[in-house]
This record gives sequence, C-alpha cells and structure tokens, in this order.
Amino acid sequence: MKKEPVNVKEMGPALRKRNFEEVVLGYAETEAAAEAARCLQCKNPACIAGCPVGIDIKKFISRITQKDYKGAYETIREKNNFPSICGRVCPAEYQCRRACVFTKKGLPFAPKETINIHFLERFIGDYGMRNNLDAPKTPDKGLSKYKVAVVGSGPAGLCSAGELARYGVRVVIFEGLQKPGGVLRYGIPPFRMPRDILDFEIDYLKKLGVEIIPNFIIGRTKTLDELFADGFSAVFLGVGAGIPSFLGIPGENLCNIYSANEFLTRVNLMSAYKFPEFHTPVNIGNKVLVIGGGNTAMDAARAGLRLQNMTKGGSDTTIIYRRTEAEMPARRLEIEHAKEEGVKFKFLMQPVAFMGDENGFVKKMRCLECKLGEPDSSGRRRPVPIEGSEFDIECDIAIIAVGLKANQILISVTPELKTDKYGDLIVNRDTMETSIKGVYAGGDIVGGEGTVIEAMGMAKKAARGILEYLKEK
Amino acid sequence: MKILNKELLIDAAGTRIGKITVLAPDIALKARPGQFIVLMISEKGERVPLTVVEKDVSKGTIILIFQEAGLTTKLLGRMGAGEELYALVGPLGHATEIKNYGKAILVGGGVGIAEIYPVAKALKDSGNHVATVLGARTKELLILEEELKKTSDEFYVATDDGSYGRKGFTTDILEELLNKGKYDLVYSVGPIPMMKRSAAVTKKFNVRTVVSLNAIMVDATGMCGCCRVTVGGKTFFSCVDGPEFDAHQVDWDELIKRNRIYDDKEKHVCKLNNLI
Repeated sequence: MKKEPVNVKEMGPALRKRNFEEVVLGYAETEAAAEAARCLQCKNPACIAGCPVGIDIKKFISRITQKDYKGAYETIREKNNFPSICGRVCPAEYQCRRACVFTKKGLPFAPKETINIHFLERFIGDYGMRNNLDAPKTPDKGLSKYKVAVVGSGPAGLCSAGELARYGVRVVIFEGLQKPGGVLRYGIPPFRMPRDILDFEIDYLKKLGVEIIPNFIIGRTKTLDELFADGFSAVFLGVGAGIPSFLGIPGENLCNIYSANEFLTRVNLMSAYKFPEFHTPVNIGNKVLVIGGGNTAMDAARAGLRLQNMTKGGSDTTIIYRRTEAEMPARRLEIEHAKEEGVKFKFLMQPVAFMGDENGFVKKMRCLECKLGEPDSSGRRRPVPIEGSEFDIECDIAIIAVGLKANQILISVTPELKTDKYGDLIVNRDTMETSIKGVYAGGDIVGGEGTVIEAMGMAKKAARGILEYLKEK
Repeated sequence: MKILNKELLIDAAGTRIGKITVLAPDIALKARPGQFIVLMISEKGERVPLTVVEKDVSKGTIILIFQEAGLTTKLLGRMGAGEELYALVGPLGHATEIKNYGKAILVGGGVGIAEIYPVAKALKDSGNHVATVLGARTKELLILEEELKKTSDEFYVATDDGSYGRKGFTTDILEELLNKGKYDLVYSVGPIPMMKRSAAVTKKFNVRTVVSLNAIMVDATGMCGCCRVTVGGKTFFSCVDGPEFDAHQVDWDELIKRNRIYDDKEKHVCKLNNLI
C-alpha cells in the first residue's frame, strides 16, 4: 500500500497573515527521510525529464534515504546552483512532480500523492547551506583568462554566472537595481523567499569569484560595445521581462491602481512593509482587488492582505480572475495558502473600467461576468464576457497582475539585437547565442514570462554555449 | 557615489535648495541634457529621481540641485561633503533633442530652473537664439541667474511678489514674447501649474512646447509603471518614454492628482523625523 505523503510544517494562517516571515518551514530530517522513502526509485524515472535543468532526482532522493546528505547535495548542485531557491519557488506540480509516476496521465498538475520533490530539494539545499558544503568546481585553466559579463542578476543571470565561474571563467554581473536577485528580490515576497536564503545563495556566487556590480544599467551606464572594449570576451543577457502589462481600460491611471510589479517592488525591494523605518511608502486600503490568476497575483494579494492585517487589524483582499480556479496558472500551494490566509476569490469576471472620486483615487471597478468557451492557444478554456452583465465592485486599492513584457532598455539602444514580435530576443536554441556574436541570452528575455527554473535551464544552456565559444577562441 | 561638495544655494522664505557635486565617472561620461539619475541616501531610503544639471567628464563628477520638499530631499540636504550616497544609477530617460531650432524660449520656475540650465546651454551651443524666462516666488529664491544670463540672448525674470523683475508669472512674459515675435520652441520646467499654463499659452501660438515631467518613480527603468502619464490619450511611462513630452498633449490634471498619492504618508514620515 502507498504511504501517505509527509506534510510539510507551516506557520499557521492566523499568525502568518500578520507578518512577512516564511510560511513553509520545511522538512526536519526524519520527515525528509520518510518522504524520500516513499519514492519508488523507478527504473526509468520520468521526473528527471520533468525538471528543466535535469537534476538526477532519483539519485538525490536515494542519497537521502541513505542519510548521505552531502551526496544528495552534490547530486543536486551538479545540475542546479540554487537548490534552496528552487526548492522554495519551483512550480514542482507542473514540472518534476507532474512527471512523477504517481500522477495519472492527463492531469493538468500533480496531485498531493506525488513525491514532494521540491521539499526534499529544499531540505538538502538548506542542509548544505547550514553545513557550509562546497559546490563541485571543475576549473579549466584555459578559461581563466576570459572575462564574461552577465547583464542582470535574476535567476538567469545568477545561474549562468555560477555555471561559468565553476569552470574558472572570471564573471562580472551588472545589476540595475541597488541589490542583486532580480525578480527573486523585487517580485517574490520574503514570506516565500526569505532574504537571508537569497543572500546566502548569492554570496555563494561571490565565493566562486563572481563580482557583482549593482546600480549599473547596460544600455544606459555602458553599452554592449563598451563591455567588449573593456575586455569582456562574451556577454550573457538575463535582463528579464519586467515591463508590466495593464488592462487598457478607462480609469486605469487613477491613484491607488498599481501594477503588481510596482506594489511588490515597493513592498519587497524597498521594504515598504516596514514604513516608516524604511522610507518608501505603499498605500493599503480597506478593500483590495487583485486582478490576475498567476503567481504574481497570489504574491500581491498575500502581501496586500498582510499589510491590511498589520495596519488595520483585518483584511478584505479579493482576487478577480476571468476564468475559474482550474485554469489559474498559479502554483496550487500559493492558491491554498492565499485561501487559508483569508484571500477571497471571484472567478469569471472581466474588469472593463475603474471609477474614482474627485481627488482621482479609485473607488469602484466595473466588471462583466464571463462564461468559459472553447480552449484557446494555451489549452485553457477561453473566458467569454456575457453581454449586459455589468456590475460594480467597491475598492480603494487595485493591483493589476496580468503579465509582463520583455525589458527594452538594452534592446532599444542595440538595434543589432534581433527580437520577435513580442520584443523577446531571438536566439539559436542550441547555444542561446543572440544575433550578435559572443552575446548570449536566457530567461524571460528569451522565452517570455516563465518560471525561475525555466530561466535557469536556459541560462545553463547559454553558459555551455559561452564555454564552447571561449574554447574555440 | 561620494559627495565631493555641498552648497546650500537657497535658505530663505521657508525654502531650502541644495547643490551637490557627486563622484560618478560612468554617469558623467554618458549623461546628456535632459537626463536624470536615481539616488538613495541610505539602505532604508527611497529611490528618488533628480536631473543631472552639470557634469565634468575629466573630474568624473555630476552636479545635482534639489529643493528640500519630501523626506529624502530633506535628509539629502543634511548630508555633506565626504559622505557616500547608498545608491546612484543613470543616466536615465531620453536626452533632450538638441539641434538648431532657430529661436527658443526656456521657461524655468522654482527649482525647475536647474533643469532648464543644461538644456539652455546645449541649445545655445547649437546656434539657437535663447530667450530665458525665470520665475520664483520672491527674489531671494531665484537660482542660477548668473549662469543662465550667460547662455541667453534674452533674459527675463518674474516674481510672484514683484520683489525682482516683473511682478507676476513666467507665463505672462512668455505670452508677451510670443505676441511680439516668432519662436520655434518652448521648453518649460517647473511646478505643474506653471507647465500647464505654459502649455495653454503656447497652444494659442501653435509653438512646439516640451516639458520635463516630475512623476513619482520607483525603479525608473520601466518596470513598475508608477510614473505613468497620459499623453495624447495614451499611457506612457515618464521614466523610459520621457521624461520630456509634448506639453500640449499632457493630461495635467491626472499628473497633479497622481503626484499627491503619498502626500499624507510624506507628511507623517517628515513629522516623525522632526523635519517639518
């Protein structure tokens, strides 16, 4: 008989909805051992192919059952430079766990019975962090004479930097904001990605010899050409997709209508939840609406709800989504956590306008009811607005989380960089080289909005491309 | 990011305007008239945009001029030579399109005068006839008068109380100039009501009019949309699409309202820090 999955410990919703501390507390050693023991160690493990960076999941889980945590750590690190990050933010139920043998064919995401691979990865990542385990290094003397510039310090940039540094290449990361981490820093809230973990994983790069220069925008402070003139032999572009999409409906520029990126940047990067100790403010009202169904929407809603609880002693935060819960692209765990904390959900609603008061502050959102139609190109059933079904919802904060577009600062001053119709970079899919020789790219600037681990998968491929390029020089 | 020099240009009538010279060789090399930087005074500080007023490539320095208005500028006003800014990034935004337009009028109000100075210099250097119109509440609040006189073919001052130059608004002088002769460009930076009035005046004469908008920003690289403005019925981000826009197309009332989003919090935090 199949053993029940081992539940992970969490901070209770009554407590956590009033703070920004980490929600998921992770497995203890005995729990990790019990969960690892559930793995069937399949002869042909499908989970590995479900991992965008191809971690040998079967092997690292088997190491856990043998209590060989160092071995498990090395197994993961061979493929993934940031297990403590990925173990926290990977949408495992759509990737490795969906490929797990316990997932029945045709399910859109993995059920609870599948092995909690992400929690095991996190357990091992954190174990390595606590015990100061070294990452495997394979320096190649011939490569140490080369300098490579990495533009952007989000998941893609960090990953490519780590890969290159492991082979002895000298790497300099240029970051536009004041702190490295990209979306891990400005987008993902501390209750999902504690800052000490993020700092540790970034410091690990510094241990590998990577230099990080913040407050430096390639395309503004220096151009790509100038990087080559400065002696860099190759460049990796991990500049991300950070331009927020808006709905394009009347009233959207009313005060207190935020893009999720602005709301989260204020809260996460600028620590607005510690205002006035930190100086950046964020407004929080009595009725918060978050429009969207992805992880960013969940993060914004859960951050908004926490701010309400911290400053007003109660919350009224609602997610508005135009399809139903089944079609929501967010991680199932985040949806569950949001519900437990008191986030309300309203489905099958499409905003059509915002209305404000005489001072220009938002007061109401007008919506249309929707029904589900035929599946669209994403395979999800398309929302069809019902004519004449208009109704108004009161709100004093609205947060728009309906997607992000490719960052254009560097691209706009580098016409030699070829882009597709979405503004994403066109690359050689085998090497990740862009239309400029020696310039490689990965992450959201190539694939459009994706996950942290997908970005890392591309960055690893690009790093291999760069290594080959340097060897041939 | 070290502050090399600090000067208090104005400390009168309840207004303080400071001028700092900051070591920033990469930015000095790149900055062009009309562009700005973002700075943080400390790890806990806000990201605040300020126009690059002057630069010296050989010394690797830039000059910033700021009125102490909110918490960050008040705290910046208390920093001195030798202190380090926590963060400084730029240059950001599009540079002013500098070419020979013919005859240009530059209108600067309050601390906005600092922003027209680099543009006035560049326009003069490109062969334009430059008429400068400066405005301040009262005589002692006027900045960069001598500097701008040197870059101007015509030079006018208006003060609200008539203590210096003409009593009245910059826009009164602007209208007179446009009535008297033909000008090809008006460049106006100052308080939003002044820019709005400038736009209304020049519209009657159908003169190309450029304004540099001071919307609230966070990252200032196009990633948050805090600085969105409506221009010609479409939404733009001031940080990456601007900061300069066609004055006749700007939705001024929306900008005025959006710039007040955090007024209550700003007052609160200034009080807490005994800065009111």
